[in-house]
Amino acid sequence: MTSFLDKYGDMLLKASLVHLQYVLTSVGIAFVIALIVGILLSRAPNISRAVIPLLGIFQTIPGLIFIGVLFIYLGIKPITVLVALTIYAIFPILKNTYTGIIGVDPSLKEAAKGCGMSDMQILFKVELPMAMNPIISGLRMATIYTVSWAVLAAMIGLGGLGEFVYRGIETNNQVLIIGGAIPSAIIALGLGYLIDYVHKKITPRGLQGGA
Amino acid sequence: MIVYENVTKKYGDVTVVDNLSLTIDDGEFLVLIGPSGCGKTTTLKMLNRLIKYDEGNIYIDDSNIKEINPVELRRNIGYVIQQIGLFPNMTIEQNISVVPSLLKWSKEKQHKRVRELLEIADLSYEENAHKYPRELSGGQQQRIGVLRAIAAGPPVVLMDEPFGALDPITRDILQDELKALNKKLHKTIIFVTHDMGEAVKMADRIVFMNEGKVLQAASPEEMLENPAHPMISRFMGKLSYSRSGNDLICADVMRLKVLTVPETKKTLECIELMKQREIDSVIVVDKNNKYKGRANIEDIMEHGKPGEPIIKMVKLDTPSVMVNTNAKDAFDHLIATNIDYLAVLNRDKTVAGIITKTSMTKSLASVVWGDDNDYND
Repeated sequence: MTSFLDKYGDMLLKASLVHLQYVLTSVGIAFVIALIVGILLSRAPNISRAVIPLLGIFQTIPGLIFIGVLFIYLGIKPITVLVALTIYAIFPILKNTYTGIIGVDPSLKEAAKGCGMSDMQILFKVELPMAMNPIISGLRMATIYTVSWAVLAAMIGLGGLGEFVYRGIETNNQVLIIGGAIPSAIIALGLGYLIDYVHKKITPRGLQGGA
Repeated sequence: MIVYENVTKKYGDVTVVDNLSLTIDDGEFLVLIGPSGCGKTTTLKMLNRLIKYDEGNIYIDDSNIKEINPVELRRNIGYVIQQIGLFPNMTIEQNISVVPSLLKWSKEKQHKRVRELLEIADLSYEENAHKYPRELSGGQQQRIGVLRAIAAGPPVVLMDEPFGALDPITRDILQDELKALNKKLHKTIIFVTHDMGEAVKMADRIVFMNEGKVLQAASPEEMLENPAHPMISRFMGKLSYSRSGNDLICADVMRLKVLTVPETKKTLECIELMKQREIDSVIVVDKNNKYKGRANIEDIMEHGKPGEPIIKMVKLDTPSVMVNTNAKDAFDHLIATNIDYLAVLNRDKTVAGIITKTSMTKSLASVVWGDDNDYND
């Protein structure tokens, strides 16, 4: 164990940081895009009922193929990885944002409107807070997936913890595979925990528990 | 003053509100009532432009509401709905000050107003202001719903079946509170309900609608006395009774299932029967089923001899009433003599039923609170 760390410690740390960077950047961008698109889709449920299953099909294309295709157009640049990861991370957040907003009790929206809230005020004061649970669970799901998808970055030689995994497979070195897998599991768990913690902090008491 | 002027609303081919004209005075408590689909809720929601109307005009104090920005308009009209619609993500204080905060009142002014309103509703600020809606009972939530509606001091408040989802006792309390509150505040209130009892209790004027038209607009008293349409009478149904309880007769309040025994039955058999049914007296009839009187278990135990017919034990002066006797007379009799029941006789002196204090109370309850539940056992 110590010899592994002596030998690969620096590399592992660097790879973890690159990995984390990929995840945070792509999930961050995906969150913003998904939130905006999800909100827009929630304004037009008729269109959305057709659009969202379509996006879902898109989601089933294996990441391997997707990154391969993007690589042809965008080349070996971090942007290739970021674009691919972002696109994958969008869907869970988008879908949960949409269903979360659509699922807000119509009587609350009516009460908000009747109180004289503008559409924007209804969105920010009522719909988004009420849809926060599904939105954040979508974010959590997307984050954890992205940690494992980011392993694919190494496939086109762009680093991250996948490098250990691939090198381990090529050289039939189990220690390297596990050396890449454990930190990525730790990152996934850590980010998941962080999101849960923040979620709990920002949820008002009135929405905690059963709500 | 609010004026509806030839207002029409259609959904496709269906006319929901049909050329409606209505004037509502300042400070009036107006109740819209009618069968479902009669257009009462639509009429209400057109006023704060939650529903667009197709033709006609609505004026509030001479300004056409079409020319007012709907968001501004709604901030000046209170709105209470059946589902209550408090925002679960906000505290009670935040919920009450929703409209004041939309109107950009200062924080201190909002806070002062919340305290003042909770005080009006007899709710402690310390105990309630920082709670969330789900920590309150339904009745308390709707009290807050009403406070939220009046928080910014709108002259007009719309209420869409506000107490419809509450249990009868809470509903009754909130009705009283609203009435008392409005004695102080003098808001113009437009109130939708399908409960005629509620309408009669609350309204200065009742507007009865059907198929988008006004069938009758009148004070509760006048509507009760002179309903303009058979449908209105039907809606009042039981209610006209409670207005003039004098109409109730014994047949309305009696219990039907009664144990009678023929006068020739032996005392021991009767005792057995009473034990089985857990009752302490029987009604004795002759061979033509005509009423003879009643026999108490104590009397039989004390004076009865085995093998004797029950008729010997009957007190012949046992009081009875006729089916068409005024229920109030029977009730007075029951209370005055302190006996446990009265036999109710048909015209041919056969037994129709009995009136106990319990059956009387149950019947009165079903008359007062409607007969949703089957009170008769």
